[in-house]
Amino acid sequence: MKWQQWAIPASALPVLALLGWGLTRDARTVPSPLPGKPAPDFALQTLTGDSLRLTSLRGQAVLVNFWASWCLACRGEHHVLLDAAKRYRDQGLRIVGVVYEDSHDNASAWIAERGGDWPNVLDVGSRTAIQYGLFGVPETFFVGRDGRILYKQIGPLDSSVVDRWVPKLLAASGAPAPTDTFAEGRSAGHVRLSPDFPTTSGTARRP
Amino acid sequence: MNGMIGHGATLLALLIAGCGAAAAFVGGRRGNERYVAWAGRSGIAVCALVVLAFLIMERALITHDFSVSYVAQVGSRATPLFYTVISLWSALEGSILLWALVLSVYTAVLVRWSKRHSDPGDPQPAYALGTLLCVNVFFLLLISWPANPFRPLSPVPPDGPGPNALLQNSPFMGVHPPLLYTGYVGMSVPFALAVGALLAGRLNPDWTRVIRRWTMVPWTFLSLGILAGAWWSYEVLGWGGYWAWDPVENASFMPWLTATAFLHSVMVQERRGMLKTWTITLIVSTFLLTVLGTFLTRSGVLASVHAFTQSPIGPFFLTFLALVLLGSLTLLAWRSEVLRSEGRFDAALSRETAFMINNLLFAAFAFVVLLGTMFPLIAEAARGVKVSVGGPYFSQMTVPIALLLVFLAGVGPALPWRKGSVELLRGKFRWPTVAALLVGVALVVAGVRAPLAWLTFVLAVFAVGLLAVEFVAPTQARHATTGESWGLALWRVCRSNQRRFGGYVVHAGILVIAVGVAASSTFRHEQEWYMARGAVEPFGRYQVALDSVWAVHESNRDGVVAATSIYKNGSVFARLYPRLNYYKSALEPIGTPAVHEHLREDVYLVLMAYTADGSHAMIKAIVSPLVGWIWLGGGIVGLGALFALWPGAGRASPRRDAAAPPARARARPVTEARV
Repeated sequence: MKWQQWAIPASALPVLALLGWGLTRDARTVPSPLPGKPAPDFALQTLTGDSLRLTSLRGQAVLVNFWASWCLACRGEHHVLLDAAKRYRDQGLRIVGVVYEDSHDNASAWIAERGGDWPNVLDVGSRTAIQYGLFGVPETFFVGRDGRILYKQIGPLDSSVVDRWVPKLLAASGAPAPTDTFAEGRSAGHVRLSPDFPTTSGTARRP
Repeated sequence: MNGMIGHGATLLALLIAGCGAAAAFVGGRRGNERYVAWAGRSGIAVCALVVLAFLIMERALITHDFSVSYVAQVGSRATPLFYTVISLWSALEGSILLWALVLSVYTAVLVRWSKRHSDPGDPQPAYALGTLLCVNVFFLLLISWPANPFRPLSPVPPDGPGPNALLQNSPFMGVHPPLLYTGYVGMSVPFALAVGALLAGRLNPDWTRVIRRWTMVPWTFLSLGILAGAWWSYEVLGWGGYWAWDPVENASFMPWLTATAFLHSVMVQERRGMLKTWTITLIVSTFLLTVLGTFLTRSGVLASVHAFTQSPIGPFFLTFLALVLLGSLTLLAWRSEVLRSEGRFDAALSRETAFMINNLLFAAFAFVVLLGTMFPLIAEAARGVKVSVGGPYFSQMTVPIALLLVFLAGVGPALPWRKGSVELLRGKFRWPTVAALLVGVALVVAGVRAPLAWLTFVLAVFAVGLLAVEFVAPTQARHATTGESWGLALWRVCRSNQRRFGGYVVHAGILVIAVGVAASSTFRHEQEWYMARGAVEPFGRYQVALDSVWAVHESNRDGVVAATSIYKNGSVFARLYPRLNYYKSALEPIGTPAVHEHLREDVYLVLMAYTADGSHAMIKAIVSPLVGWIWLGGGIVGLGALFALWPGAGRASPRRDAAAPPARARARPVTEARV
């Protein structure tokens, strides 16, 4: 074979390199504009009747968890939140539940049955959900001490996600998050869809 | 026990396939008949073992043997028997087992066939068998190791989750994957034959005929499999569509496009000894695209709505793809000397030219689809952003190509080989042109204002007219000379060249599909209402009434059904029962739309939501005209392909001296120009 003929198979190499690089990527990550931005503020009534404003927690690491009593995946996720509350409370982690498209009574009964002593606010009219660009429930926003969103989880949390991101939330000081926090992990600019996230409609439908 | 036997069978098959491949290559090279015979026996043995593994897996599924990992993954005691049987291909490992099964059956058939059809001392069948056994080795390696469905589980779970809810929601899942795999996997055979021919350096017209026949069979199955998938999507997914340019759909469509191009260019090669390199490239690309498509959609490189995208087999597939791609390209480059064209183009107005344009269009079509499918990957590599291209890109790029193909589907067969005369074409084109113009005017009068759809209809009528002329003219001649009845004359004419007339029937089927696609995508109308029980809503020429809402309990699922009546002109036209199903394994309810199917238009209802007391429901209604034509066209394609493949008395005999057409062909180009 002449050298020109070798050019034919050689032309396949860039294609193969591209495919090989593709294997190292996760096609299910979806970019979101929210990580790195300040978490949208809200002032809502909790299930116990108090009022809660998100900015009042400034300086603390917060998980903002959107859920509903009709959501099956939220049931599976709840024990992860209970566990996170137990393990990270002493280090200053706060959890705020936002009840999405649900009634006060159903949500209260659900909490009474399953436990959890963190505040849950009722998002009447889903305004907060819209501000957070919610795809569906459950969805959880990891808010740093500076009030900025560090990471967004679409679909149920699992303990590996909690253990990966909560220490970062707690480690950051009250000052604006240093930029290297975002440069370090590519996923800072991305959210990860969990494998069983519904793909047909994008939003959990109320049965 | 099942797990051990199944895994043992696949391991043994892997070993035998590896030894068989080596024996085939060594035997072919040394001209040793005994080696080649052993390779053949190993092909049969591999087939027997894979059939055994497949049956063992079915037994494990049916008997709910949850000690087998795959059964624990997709089985469930509550799943009805039919869905338990077909759940074998509802997840990754099982679908690769199905792949291996189809591949090994093809291998065994090839062994039997080459025993009857090969001359002693010809290395080509041995090389082809060796190549096919190598492909077997790869898939057997997958199911014995990274995608092993027979892994033992301990402790044994008492029950499983059942198959993916979407896949146990329609009996189409029993039809679509086997059809598709029979087509998709079957493309390995023409590839192996092509590699065998390249290795042997025997590139005479004989092998083209052989490869063509071995491509026709999987092509037919692939066509039907793709359509069955589209029908499944239409009947199950509840969006009223049948094609979404999803990577998995594209993965099945791209090899179809190149295989179709091959089936046409191979005729030019057979008749005129031209386009050899191109024809081999097409058949090699077809196989490469099946591997690439599987890699893209099964390795997690691209996101797809199809169920099993995430898996550990990506690196294996990439290695296989690299080996096949580099190997076959090197082989093509090495043998390019032998692939010189013998014939030359004589005239611009000839069937050869039509085939050339057809091939360029199909290749462009495949490239456009490939580019769109790979675009997310390319964009992320180049700019670091996630972008994907959707329906608009594909429509914009493919509709013009498809329209030209519709035009050619009629014009191509009308053109004679070598050189057409204007007088001849004027005679052939007269009536089809008149018919197309009349239909065009009638459509405008009837209020069709969509230019692309209008053009599709007009071109399709024109093309069908030209095809009809191809049938009518020789029938007329036969009727006049023999005095046979019209029907008998037509039948005899068709039987005299089944391949040609079967091909025209396939063309007609494709045209019917094109009309169905154009009409249903352009004139679709949909509406959605939140309705109280007893309410009636106007919907175009119909009224939709919600009669009642009720719940049903079945062993594997619960469901909510909305009973609706469709009225037309004041009387009941149809009663439809769209429903939502709740499966244990699914977070989301899975809908089953209810469709009133009619050739003229389908009325399609979806239950979107309902109130807890059943007093109200959200109903979506879609009217799509001529959707049924797509399925009808699929049937016509199948029948045409079957007719072309059917063993017949008067099959066109191959002519090896392609340069000199027989005298009769010159005298009567209309009836004798063979495809």
